[in-house]
Formats: sequence, structure tokens, C-alpha cells
Amino acid sequence: MRYEIIQVAYLIATALFIFALHWMNHPATARKGVYAGVAAMTLAVLGTLLYPGLVNWKWMAVAAAIGVAVGVPLARIPLTAVPQRTALSHAFGGLAAGLVGTAEYYLWIGGEHEMLTPFKVFAIVAEIILGFLTFTGSLMAAGKLQEIKWIPQRPVTYPLQNVTNFVLLGVAVLCGIGIILRPIDLSYLFPVIIVLALAFGVLLIIPIGGADMPTVIALLNSYAGLSAVAMGFVLDNKLLITAGALDGSSGLILSIIMCKAMNRSFANVLFGAFGQVQKKAEGGEQKPVKQETPEGAAQVMEQASLVVIVPGYGMAVAQAQHRVRELYDLLTKRGVDVRFAIHPVAGRMPGHMNVLLAETEIPYDKLVEMDEINPEMPQADVVLIIGANDVVNPAARHDKSSPIYGMPIIDADKAKMCFAIKRSMNPGFAGIDNELYTADHTYMLFGDAKAVVGELVKNLSVGVAAVH
Amino acid sequence: MRCLASAGAFLVSSAIPVVASAQEATPHPQTPAADFFSLLFVFMLATFIGLGVITRVSRLLHTPLMSLTNAISAIAVVGAILVTGRDHPPIITLLGAVALFASMTNIISGFLITDRMLKMFKREPNK
Repeated sequence: MRYEIIQVAYLIATALFIFALHWMNHPATARKGVYAGVAAMTLAVLGTLLYPGLVNWKWMAVAAAIGVAVGVPLARIPLTAVPQRTALSHAFGGLAAGLVGTAEYYLWIGGEHEMLTPFKVFAIVAEIILGFLTFTGSLMAAGKLQEIKWIPQRPVTYPLQNVTNFVLLGVAVLCGIGIILRPIDLSYLFPVIIVLALAFGVLLIIPIGGADMPTVIALLNSYAGLSAVAMGFVLDNKLLITAGALDGSSGLILSIIMCKAMNRSFANVLFGAFGQVQKKAEGGEQKPVKQETPEGAAQVMEQASLVVIVPGYGMAVAQAQHRVRELYDLLTKRGVDVRFAIHPVAGRMPGHMNVLLAETEIPYDKLVEMDEINPEMPQADVVLIIGANDVVNPAARHDKSSPIYGMPIIDADKAKMCFAIKRSMNPGFAGIDNELYTADHTYMLFGDAKAVVGELVKNLSVGVAAVH
Repeated sequence: MRCLASAGAFLVSSAIPVVASAQEATPHPQTPAADFFSLLFVFMLATFIGLGVITRVSRLLHTPLMSLTNAISAIAVVGAILVTGRDHPPIITLLGAVALFASMTNIISGFLITDRMLKMFKREPNK
């Protein structure tokens, strides 16, 4: 009877997990999705607690209590830190899978020998390799995003890097095959696999630069899900397999979207060390850059009928989103149509810009995807670029020698006029010059994004006061 | 097209209970090989459902989607409970407890922050 109750709880939980993701298809139903997820997780935990043989209640209560104590503050971080938090929680997911796999293996070789079928041991090996490489890889990613001092921000490359990585993984797989064939005799290989997986996770992430983080985070998301799937195979648990597969496919789709938005392949993101080995663009004739003052820009913008704002990682770094909201309010009040053009890889994780702008209560119907806004760009009177760079570089369209050639971009250059807020003329992460900045109709506003948008707001609000 | 896709997803999702109940009918798994294949079936079907559902998620919500799937993949808590709760040598219990802590952290922070983010997505007030 107990077995049936547990299975029914798992069955309902599975359905609720699917609904949770289904309701994410629209902002209006998305919160319902969270409630479905919470209900599903509660059912899953309650069902599991019904399993016979559970005795260590104190251990479980303490571990869960610490988890809650750490989880609540982690949910209250500023939204600019969401990419780090996401990476950190992938690390926790990987760690959990790795530890459970390790515990099961040692239980089995310590007595439950009948469990050691080749298939089960294969599942355990997959679980610990995926789990532990996700653990260290995600910790590295989180560290890079948090800009921790001793973790290099720029991609780190060295000779034979990819060869080293593949050899490392190959050795881990060979050890795995050894354990699958002779699980008890070769048990000393098990810690070796763990160490190799931990090392591989670190080495996989060090050559990856900041702008590739959206893809990498999505990929690690997928790995964390797959390690849960492997755990499901180890424990004969279909709920683990389904929920893990949902997570794995979500990560996979997001990383495919990210790769497409950069016109790059998985292999290229993981092994290409983008942004490191860029030869300096030929130092030929430099077109002069035209500068504009915030006063002048504000005057132009209040005359416009359509203003498109292109936010990028620079907006997040400068924490400028609330000033942007004020700018949006002032312009809207004057009858200017203001829209935001969101490039899929703007920021450090999928959808990063949307969350930051939603935080300031900018209505989500004003956040427009790249493919939808591009046909309207020629009608835009003003494009305001805030801390974005490569996603508006027209070189992606025509310059075959450019490293970003082929990447879909927001057609900022087709607008009637373009203002770009930038701290200096240093090129973006790809280390390439942006010809948009030297175009005839582009004017630069140099300075910190928050300060410059603040200046624009000040100038516009003076104007409002004068009108009334 | 959309309709078709969702009908397909529904068909697939209703196939899961069939697979699952076939399994439940035999509390003691027959041969390991047969069991292995039914688990593979579940994995494959769940992956297809996942792909179908996720491709229709609004692009606006990709960040909350990621934190939600984070919380969902903390389903590893099930394994952690089973390892921690049973009467095993202390070292095994400790491994389980750390895993339980890690999954619980993900569940709590994942769901809370997803809801916090989703609360912020608002329509234009006068529409």
C-alpha cells in the first residue's frame, strides 16, 4: 500500500512539473507555474519520506534546516547578481548528484553486491562524472561572474589546452569502463574518477570569456539536469528521471538559442576561447568619433516619435536600470514611443536584460525581441545604446574577417540617429572595433551609464517643468 | 500548428503513466535489463515533453525559467533523503546530509527567486 501511495505522489508530482514549465509560456500564467512546481516538490518530498527504513530523522532535519537558512538569503540577492546565483545553484545540484552517487557506490561494494550490474555502475559513473564536473565548472562560472579576484576574468589559454582536456576526460572514461567491468576489484579507480571530473570542470571553464557565459550557464544547467537523470537510473526512480530530463532539455534548448544568437557552434563556445586570440584590427585610417552632450541628446530625444533603447551588460554593471526607467517615464509622458530592443545574448545569462528592466516595472510589452524590432529600426528616430557593443556592430553583417561575422545583430545603424553611451573607446569583449561608433549619424555620450542616463533625465525633467 | 504540438505533448504525457503503471504492477523488478529499458523509455519521453514545453516558453522569461528548472532539478533531494535517512555507516549519512543540504538550498532559493522575478513582470497599466 505504502509503495502505491509513494508512486501516486510521484506521478502527480511529475504532471505538476510539466505544468509548471508549460505555464512559463506567458508572463500572465508564469507565477501559477511556480506554485505548481512548489506543489510538485512538496509531494515528491512527502512521498519520499514515506519510504520504509528511514531512521536518521535528526540528520535530515538538520541538513534541511541549514539548506533553508542558506536558501532564503540566496533568494534575496540583488537582481544584477542573478547570473552568479544561478551558476552557484547549478554547482549545488551537481554536488548533490555527485555525493549521492558516491554514497551509493560505496554502499553497494560494501555489501549490496547484487546491485552492481554493469548498467547500474554505468549510471553511477555517469552521475559522478556529470555531477562533479558540473560542481567545479559552475563554481568557476559563478566566481567569474562575481568577479572574484583570484579567478581570471579573461579567458585563460595555454598550448595543447583542448588536447589536455580531452586526455583528462578520456582517462576518466577509461577508469569508468574499468569500474563497470570489475566494480569491486577496481574500486580504487573510483576516487580517481572523482578527482578527474573535478579537475575537468575547472579546466572546461577557464578558457571561457564573459560574453560566452549565457551559453555556458545554459549548458551547465543541462548537465545538472542530466546528473539528476543518472541518479534516477541508479535509484530506479522515474520521478528523478522525468524531472532531470525536463531540466536537461531546458538547458539544451537555451544553449542552442544562445549559440544561434551568436552564430557559433557548441564546440566553438567550449573550445574556441573567444576573445583571447584576437589579432589587432589593421590600424588603418581611424574615422573620427563624434561626441554629443547629454543636453543635446535630450533635446533630440524629446523631439522624436520613436526611441529604441538597446541595453547591454554595461547597463547591468553600472546598475543603470532605474535611471533608464526614469528616462522611459519622461519620454513617454511627452508622447514619445519608447521601446527596448533585447538581443538574446545581451547580459550574462539568457533573459538577463528582461529581468533587470522588469524590476523597474517597465511594462513587458515594451521589451521587444531582436527579430521583431529589426523591421522597425528604419522608422526609429533615435536609438540609444546603453552598454551594448558587439550586438549592434554592423561588421557582423558584412565583414567576413570579423570574429563576430554572421552573428545576428540589432540594426541600430539603420535608425535615423544613434546615441551610444560608453565609458571609453575601448572595444567590447571581442576586442574588435565597432564601426557603428564612427558612422555619420552616430554620436557618443562618454561616461558611466548610470551617470549619463541620469544627466539625460535631468535635462528632460527641466524641460517638463518648463512646459507645465 | 501550436494546437497540434500541444496535442502531441498531451499524448506523450499521457503515455508516461502507462509506462509507469506497467512498472508498478510488478513491485519486484523482473530482470535488470527489462527495467533498464522501461527507465530509458521514461527518459526519452520526458526529454521530448521537455523540448516541446520549453520551446514555447516566452523569451521574456528565460532567466526565471532557468531558476525554476534549477529548483526542479533539485529533485535530487529524493536521492539525498534516501541516502541520509536509512541506517548506514556515518560517513555515508554525512555524504547524504551534505547532498540534502545542497538540494534543499536549491529548492528554497530557486522557487523563491523565481517567484520574486515573475512578480515584477507587469503589463502596461492602462491596457
